[in-house]
Amino acid sequence: MTANSPLVAGIDIGSRSIELVLLQDGQVVHWDLLPTTFDPLGQCRSLLDRVRAARIVATGYGRKLLLENLDHPEIAAITEIQAYALGARRLFPGVRTILDIGGQDTKAIALTMDGTVSKFEMNDRCAAGTGKFLEFMAVALQVPLEKFGDFALQADRRIQISSMCTVFAESEATSLMARGESPANIAMGLHLAIVSRTLAMLRRVGVTPPVLFAGGVAHNPCIRTLLEESLGESIQVPEQPDLVGALGAALYGQKLVANE
Amino acid sequence: MPTPYDDMWEKLNLDLAAHEGLLQVLGKFYGDIYLTQEGRLKGMEYLDFVLSEVHGLRIKELQEAKAQGRKVIGTFCVFVPEELVLAADAVCVGLCAGAEIGKEAAEKILPRNTCALIKSFVGFKLSRLCPFIESCDLVVGETTCDGKKKAYEIFDEYAPVYVMEIPQMKQTCDRELWKAEVRRFKERIEEVAGKEITAARLKEAIKLGNRRRRVLQRLNQLRTAVPTPISGRDVLLINQVSFYDDPVRFTAKIGELCDELEKRVKAGEGVVPSGTPRLMLSGCPMAVPNWKLPYIVESSGAVIIGEESCIGTRNIRDLVDESGDTMEEMLEALVDRYLRIDCACFTPNKERLQNIVSMAKDLQVKGVIHFALNFCQPYAIEAFKVGRALEAAGIPMLSIETDYSMEDVEQLKTRVEAFLEMVR
Repeated sequence: MTANSPLVAGIDIGSRSIELVLLQDGQVVHWDLLPTTFDPLGQCRSLLDRVRAARIVATGYGRKLLLENLDHPEIAAITEIQAYALGARRLFPGVRTILDIGGQDTKAIALTMDGTVSKFEMNDRCAAGTGKFLEFMAVALQVPLEKFGDFALQADRRIQISSMCTVFAESEATSLMARGESPANIAMGLHLAIVSRTLAMLRRVGVTPPVLFAGGVAHNPCIRTLLEESLGESIQVPEQPDLVGALGAALYGQKLVANE
Repeated sequence: MPTPYDDMWEKLNLDLAAHEGLLQVLGKFYGDIYLTQEGRLKGMEYLDFVLSEVHGLRIKELQEAKAQGRKVIGTFCVFVPEELVLAADAVCVGLCAGAEIGKEAAEKILPRNTCALIKSFVGFKLSRLCPFIESCDLVVGETTCDGKKKAYEIFDEYAPVYVMEIPQMKQTCDRELWKAEVRRFKERIEEVAGKEITAARLKEAIKLGNRRRRVLQRLNQLRTAVPTPISGRDVLLINQVSFYDDPVRFTAKIGELCDELEKRVKAGEGVVPSGTPRLMLSGCPMAVPNWKLPYIVESSGAVIIGEESCIGTRNIRDLVDESGDTMEEMLEALVDRYLRIDCACFTPNKERLQNIVSMAKDLQVKGVIHFALNFCQPYAIEAFKVGRALEAAGIPMLSIETDYSMEDVEQLKTRVEAFLEMVR
């Protein structure tokens, strides 16, 4: 590594958190993340102020915000779809299917043998079945979000919760509680509901193994277990599933540098 | 602000205050989407003018026609044989159904999960905002989908509705049914217009209808040049205006616009750089002022060069055979021409799949964006088969379901941009 090779930043501005990955000579030299808050631009600035990136590539729902407001000579933007495809292939070169469940959207992406996107699906305007849904339900059951998956895995039976709408699912959970159902079983029912919705989306793009599961919800062990069970095969989860988008954006930036 | 049309609108029983608000919103929307375009054709000034006067001068013309004893016939669908209306010396206008107007009023009488187009025409009427509907002596509905079919039953209480039965298959017995419906329509139009449709008049009307289709075909041919000389948004607007404007004047004006396009093509001038990805739209009609998806697509760095839609090629692809002279021959020609329409209300509907694939191949597009209105079952369900047919031809497709509201614009942008990254 030469001291002069440029730093390339990838920044993924999601609805719940903003992640930054810094590459130099193809290697991750730094990463960081902050909650999105009500001032995503300010949060991006504080992440970027700590580093000196020669080039920035933004992705995520806030990509345009940064593109239009950050005063930087070398800034570009790509969609989350492309960013996840690039990031996933770097981490697991053979991967053919990507599932990303983030704070307020879910994406299923099919990749060709050579790693280009061949098909993708995204949820509609409603955040049903996303991280936001889990967050609401964890609050309703008074379980910390990061423990919610393990909590659900303690269930002793599987009940069906049919509603995917956050509002209706909460009232369904409430009526189950009133009938004496254990909170762990209800939590399991909620996880099952997300997984069944997610599978429908995955099947629309076609599930070709190996499958990579990324995004913040990939931290949840119950969703991981249920997905593997339903798909009948193991799924890959990166060590830091929230960083895949930012990594992909940085890799795209590196390609831009190389093409110059 | 007072306008020269206030008296007219008041006579038409419009809600003046709400109508003024609507025109302001529309004007701003139009300015943002259309007037910001660079390198627009001079010929588009006519369209700008027509649109700015869509509720003004055009309505005044309708009132003048009415004062001379001519009748105004409103339609919602390309299945209504306009030639019969023109042959009875009546005026044919497409009705307002492309804006999220009067949604709350419409939802009082229609289920919430009704498509935006149906809610829109009901909403326009209930909130007294469409001077076209208010000018109509007859509103012609049709049994293309269940939503429209049942909505017309309710709409009948608010406007003079006449419904044509559209067959759902294309067998011999369906053609018989359709022919009977065309005859029944002819009689009704003669009755409303108080004029007999003679063979000579019908022949003229058929020629006029074809002339308008031909000029739009010419426009579609010219836009295929690389780089394309006109934006997809502008072509959509021209198609939309074809339903409202006087057909003779419209045909002449679009002819002039095509002459201008021809010069541009010869000079190799385009509205976008030559490497811009070229896409095609397919699916539900985009009624005025539904410019949402074309705007998203074209502001994401692509250009649209074809619309497989009722407000697009479905309306202009097939001409009526002009060789007949007797009434019988001409009615047969109309029956044949209109039964070639490949609306998703038909089953099976293989022609549409073939037409989409061959259009995409001819235009050499990078991909197709399929557009279905939320709750439009015929098109939303058919999207699956369209996707399969295109996939077999090696053409990528993005399937979008949306409505007239703006709340999902950011999500749609992400999808469209990701699709462009994929096909580029």
